[in-house]
Amino acid sequence: MGKMRRAAVAAVGALALLSPAACGGADSGADQEVEVFTWWADGGEKAGLDGLVAAFDEQCDYSFVNGAVAGGAGSNAKQVLASRLQQGDAPDTFQAHAGAELSDYIAAGQIEDLSALYEEWGLTEALPPGLIDNLSVDGKVYSVPVNIHRSNVLWTNTSVLADAGIAAEPKTLADLFSALDALKASGISAPLAIGKDWTQLMLLEAVLISDLGPEAFTGLWTGTTDWNSPEVVQGMENYKRLLSYTNTDRDTYDWTDAGKLLMDGKAGFFLMGDWAPSDFETKGFADFGYIAFPGNGDTFQWLADSFVLPQGVKNPEGTKCWLKTVGSAEGQQAFNIKKGSIPARTDVVEADYPVYQQSAIQAWKTGTPVPSCAHGAACSQGAMEAANSAIGKFSSDQDLAGLQKAMSAAAALGKN
Amino acid sequence: MTTTTTRRTSPPAVATPPQKRRGPAAGVIGRTLRYSLLLIFLIIVLMPAYVLVVTSFKSGSDIGVNGQWNLPEKWSTESWSKAWTALGPSFVRTFQLAIPVALISSLLGAANGFVLSRWRFPGADVVFTLILFGMFIPYQAVMIPLRDVVSTLGIAPGIPTLIFVHCVYGIPICTLIFRNYYATTVPVEMVEAAWVDGAGLLRTFRSIILPVSIPGFVVAVIWQFTSAWNDYLFAIFLSNTRNGPITIALNALAGAQSPDYAASMAGALITSLPTLLVYVFLGRWFIGGLMAGSVKS
Amino acid sequence: MLTRVRRWGPGLLLISPSLLLLGVFVYGLIGWTIKVSMSDRHTAAESDGFVGLSNYVDLFTNDINGRFLHSLRNLLIFTVVFLLGTMLLGLLWAFLLERGVRAEGLFRTVYLFPMAVSFVASGVVWRWLMNSGQGDDAGGLNAIFGQLNLDFLQNPWWTDPEWGMVAMAVPAIWQLSGYVMALFLAGFRGIPAELREAAAVDGASTFQLYRRVLFPQLTPVALSALIIVGHMSMKMFDLIMSVSGAQWLTEVPAVYVWQTLLTSDYAKASAISVILLLLVALVIVPYLVQTMRTERRS
Repeated sequence: MGKMRRAAVAAVGALALLSPAACGGADSGADQEVEVFTWWADGGEKAGLDGLVAAFDEQCDYSFVNGAVAGGAGSNAKQVLASRLQQGDAPDTFQAHAGAELSDYIAAGQIEDLSALYEEWGLTEALPPGLIDNLSVDGKVYSVPVNIHRSNVLWTNTSVLADAGIAAEPKTLADLFSALDALKASGISAPLAIGKDWTQLMLLEAVLISDLGPEAFTGLWTGTTDWNSPEVVQGMENYKRLLSYTNTDRDTYDWTDAGKLLMDGKAGFFLMGDWAPSDFETKGFADFGYIAFPGNGDTFQWLADSFVLPQGVKNPEGTKCWLKTVGSAEGQQAFNIKKGSIPARTDVVEADYPVYQQSAIQAWKTGTPVPSCAHGAACSQGAMEAANSAIGKFSSDQDLAGLQKAMSAAAALGKN
Repeated sequence: MTTTTTRRTSPPAVATPPQKRRGPAAGVIGRTLRYSLLLIFLIIVLMPAYVLVVTSFKSGSDIGVNGQWNLPEKWSTESWSKAWTALGPSFVRTFQLAIPVALISSLLGAANGFVLSRWRFPGADVVFTLILFGMFIPYQAVMIPLRDVVSTLGIAPGIPTLIFVHCVYGIPICTLIFRNYYATTVPVEMVEAAWVDGAGLLRTFRSIILPVSIPGFVVAVIWQFTSAWNDYLFAIFLSNTRNGPITIALNALAGAQSPDYAASMAGALITSLPTLLVYVFLGRWFIGGLMAGSVKS
Repeated sequence: MLTRVRRWGPGLLLISPSLLLLGVFVYGLIGWTIKVSMSDRHTAAESDGFVGLSNYVDLFTNDINGRFLHSLRNLLIFTVVFLLGTMLLGLLWAFLLERGVRAEGLFRTVYLFPMAVSFVASGVVWRWLMNSGQGDDAGGLNAIFGQLNLDFLQNPWWTDPEWGMVAMAVPAIWQLSGYVMALFLAGFRGIPAELREAAAVDGASTFQLYRRVLFPQLTPVALSALIIVGHMSMKMFDLIMSVSGAQWLTEVPAVYVWQTLLTSDYAKASAISVILLLLVALVIVPYLVQTMRTERRS
């Protein structure tokens, strides 16, 4: 009994020790704070956010609260967000991809119409009309885009390619296959680096763009292109063949782990959106080159991050000021230079940007835009999730017919 | 649902049974074999702990693939401070969660357990079975409406919501622990005598039962503290990194896009420390509690 | 009668808040989930069209890639391995310890300690230990196997398409074998000494003693352990999320619910949850009813 009593006393003691701390957690002055919910928790994304915050601090009289949720390529954040929206505990603003993903929130009545603010801030003129269409439903615009990313970029390790004697950049899928074979011959066992599900979905999309062309590719998601067409079959076969050049432990890798294979010279190619170079730079890797995915030509597969005004937030004025910063030329520059994306606004001074981004700005102006499913521009959340699951299954069983059927069913989910 | 060990006054009471007599040679071989097996298993069980500790003190290039199992070349606490920066606030919040949960659930459990152990009303078994079933349900089956309900009730998001939820879903296990404890350790005569003296149920509970309930409380408190501390499912559905417990923060730290292994492992250790200390120092009673609460015959 | 009310009225008062809470938060919410599972609420927007059992039928017949059946298969493999592993190790450890050894407390504490750790925390280290790299890229346990010249033991762990779930059960076994040991140890210690003595008098060998006297006495403990570990297994979520993340290879129903909620498909998520509940109930309810009966008889 004696020991037990001592234990009980210890427990009470611990409680007493903690009670002062119990009073310290409350939010104070919440009406002056703007909680910004993103999944930009580290790397270049965090740096970009920091840049945006610096601009916000200059332009607004509110204090920024970082509501970032890390992990799972945004999926943790989305789950937390869904929960908070349902509980009526919406953050003051949150990140949403332009396009179908945003439509989910609009359909659910979770975010507010920003059309009046667009006029007030002159965003209607500053942003490309095609992009505004992707942020609108029934003529009302619901979010402020901060950037454009390109997702169909093939990154290369220059020395690895040189060592394998690959002089010319691959322009077509056939070129890519022969380059991959050359790399294999030079002793690189898995020359194409890749990560888990959504990174594989990006690869499939890029191959389909090559085999279908931009218009038919977009049609896959809108329902005008048949998933059973011979071109799709051809694309899927090419995809299967490409997978055979990738690292077999791909399903354990996030995109940064896969990027590390390129940095370490264990791979020669790496397909990833143009958020990759900021991660390369952080890790001190400069020996990289970049090309549009072979066969994609001038097709610019885009995705755009945007911010919204949720229903019933505590501090709508603060949110509006944040959105104003997000839409402003200064805010977009501060953000994009760090994050590696290009501004959504068209009135940018190219010379202010690093070399890669200058080329991306040009490509965005002249290229053919197609949306990306892996990043929610072409697909609803439901379709994206189902596509990732199907891609994950294919990674383990290589069943082409199954993949084709599943992708077709997944794409159909988006049109409900 | 009585315990296999009956009439214990303190839960564990692990007495060493008499050694069996055997031939000396067989005894030596048997003993050697037994101790070798025990040691091998000890090493296997401790292996993940070794990795956690060793990696958490590494830094920079020390963390790479080569020599993963080696001791750090240079012991560094850098990862610990990084992990603490990421986890500190939620560490404090988790105490604010787990301590009230442990205390409130145990009190509820003691009250329920006492009533159910003494009160054979018609349908008592059905009621008790219905209570117990609540212990086994997959919480996914209540999670979707639960979010709506707690927000309708106006409970503040984050820790207050989680305290409420853990207390509610902790009722079954705590009721079971105390019911079995009272059924096996508090003599019927004690209660009867109090009633003969004219004490009502509440007074009997307060002055006769509660004072002899400490072992039950230790068990229930440990159980609830640990499950609230370690919970991830409720936490991920009902809170977030800014207002949630440490499992959420650890998951964010370890699941980041470029996870820092050393910091993740330091974080995992920080996360586990309170419950580990509870087990190491109070484990004896806990084992007893497992027996009282879960061993049914 | 009046005395009964006076005596037990406060008792009723004492437990009624708990009963009310459980009534609402367990049974009420289950009812609510069932209602959602029979609706067409497939988006975040409200909608309460009643569709009967069609969400359930879809899961079994019309799910993309037979995904739900796949998650059930994964769960089955995981559960079988998890149960076998914890029961065997738990019984073995209890057997080694039951007659008292030196430093028993140390062994018990070490075997039991993984139970104090959350799956999220242990997932951090097990993700690292179960590194799927082999040969020169080997890390974690594969690296140990390499160093010990046990290369044949190197394996892709949870990334194996067919048997990945077996690997996923390894951390779970690590975590809960000690708990099962504690249960068995309690069982052994609860066996009256007279039984052992009687067997010794009858000249029973040690083997016979365990086979015919002691193990049969442990049956109820084994059943409890199976039930407890089994229902934990069916709910498994945290461990899988922190070792592999949500993905096809390791998807079980609890993870599928999570993924489905991400897409705001509440009706489908509810249907999966209800099936999960039914699976657990199928095992738990007969057990609870049976133990209640036994208790009433005694």
